Amino acid sequence: MSATTAAAGTVPGPAKNQRVALALGRRRHRTNLIVKALCVLATLIGLVLLASILITLIYLGGSGLTLNIFTSVTKPPGSNGGLLNAILGTLIQTSIGTIIGTPIGLMVGTYLAEYGRNSALANAIRFVSDVLLSAPSILIGLFIYEICVEPFGGFSGIAGCLALAVIVIPIVVRTTEDMLQLIPPSLREAAVALGAPKWKMIVLICYRAAMDGIVTGVLLAVARIAGETAPLLFTSLGNSSALGSLTTPMSSLPVTIYQYAGSAFEDWVQLAWVGALLITIGVLATNILARFALRGGR
Amino acid sequence: MSQAQGKQGSFGGVQARATNATMNETRIAIQDLDFFYGSNRALKSIKLDFPDKQVTGMIGPSGCGKSTLLRVLNRMYDLYPGQRATGQVMMDGENIIDPSMDLNSLRARIGMVFQKPTPFPMTIYDNIAFGVKLHERLSKAEMDERVEWSLTRGALWEEVKDRLTTSAMGLSGGQQQRLCIARTIAVRPEVILFDEPTSALDPISTLKIEELIDELKHDFTIAIVTHNMQQAARCADQVAFFYLGEMVEVAPAGQMFTAPKQKRTQEYITGRFG
Repeated sequence: MSATTAAAGTVPGPAKNQRVALALGRRRHRTNLIVKALCVLATLIGLVLLASILITLIYLGGSGLTLNIFTSVTKPPGSNGGLLNAILGTLIQTSIGTIIGTPIGLMVGTYLAEYGRNSALANAIRFVSDVLLSAPSILIGLFIYEICVEPFGGFSGIAGCLALAVIVIPIVVRTTEDMLQLIPPSLREAAVALGAPKWKMIVLICYRAAMDGIVTGVLLAVARIAGETAPLLFTSLGNSSALGSLTTPMSSLPVTIYQYAGSAFEDWVQLAWVGALLITIGVLATNILARFALRGGR
Repeated sequence: MSQAQGKQGSFGGVQARATNATMNETRIAIQDLDFFYGSNRALKSIKLDFPDKQVTGMIGPSGCGKSTLLRVLNRMYDLYPGQRATGQVMMDGENIIDPSMDLNSLRARIGMVFQKPTPFPMTIYDNIAFGVKLHERLSKAEMDERVEWSLTRGALWEEVKDRLTTSAMGLSGGQQQRLCIARTIAVRPEVILFDEPTSALDPISTLKIEELIDELKHDFTIAIVTHNMQQAARCADQVAFFYLGEMVEVAPAGQMFTAPKQKRTQEYITGRFG
């Protein structure tokens, strides 16, 4: 049918005009240039801001970066203190927070994507998890303060770990669910068609296929909690003795930065800059390392 | 391709196998099978027998229910709530669609190869071993032997024997599909279901898969869904034509493509619709 109309040359509407076609082409070209320019501009703004932060950090923090930072704890102003307790505290609390929060988040995310799907319970859990994801972290600090600091009569490292774990959970839940949902049904069917029970399909095939995304989610969570200050103010507070004890107050880089950056003592302000530089390098290094590790596993 | 040509007459340009082919004894017998997607009845009172160690081709226009029937045979529809089947699908005296059926061992006996290659994101060796480990406990040496055997049967061994520990995702589309076939064979099923196994492949890979199916039917009962009538003619011993959820006609391949009994079959295979 279409062949006959084309042969007869009876396309409806006015005849094709070469000038109109050229004008439209020029307009497309102009629009393309403008949009491209806007995109480049936006990218430049982002990069310049990022670069200026990094340069300022390296310039102000790098000058105070000595071996002493890593070997001595925070001390009163003027007595050449370091950041050992804060570094150790951040490492311990971030690791334990991640270790507690990741499996819980992973299991909840798996339940939502594989079992609960659109059931009422799953929707309720999804809603609560999303609320938790955007909850102000100071509220999480207060919550842990009420259940873990008050009843046990004091600030402690373990309370800090718990507060950070609560922040980790919703991030891992969201990324796990999203990544599992991205796996094509054909891959699941292929596993099931070989006679695999559902849990083996999830653990052996789906987790493996979603590994990159889930690890990225966990790293996002690590990066987030490594820089959290508010929840730790109410839980682990700070301490320059008793290194590594979870039952006593524990120091951390963000809280130390918070306390020192606004102080009147020059050497404390300097320590705050060094701390900021260390956190940035740490988070950056974690990301880069994980990227290489993931690529190596392919 | 060449093996089928020149044997017998053609109908609508389709070359087919010998018309006087005999059917083996029945391996799977379907009786009064209905299938529902929610309230939508997708298969209507199907009756069809699959002969042992022969290839049954299923043809018909899109949405006619042929893939649905395939997915009944290994109970793949159980993954999706709201889908259900009623009737009888008998194999070895058991009704496959009985709710008490052990699905994992059923699927070990009835393997399936899909439209798109679905390699698992792991090494070639592990892709094969995955299915085997679900049902058997083998030593390392026995597993090595099984992997080599199934890859050889899948016509892939020569191409991958030096790279068994590399990721299966690096294989070409045709190789991935042969890996999927080898993976299915490795579990040692009795029946293999092919759901349009070559529709995502180039002609050379398609030819290899067709030759492979021809080879596999010596040991396995095979059901293949295809949109390609030449493929059905080349591969199948028996062909069933489906239309709007009904099984319109089933006949030996030669007879189907030279002298179909039903008018609808004749119109479909001559390209009048579909």
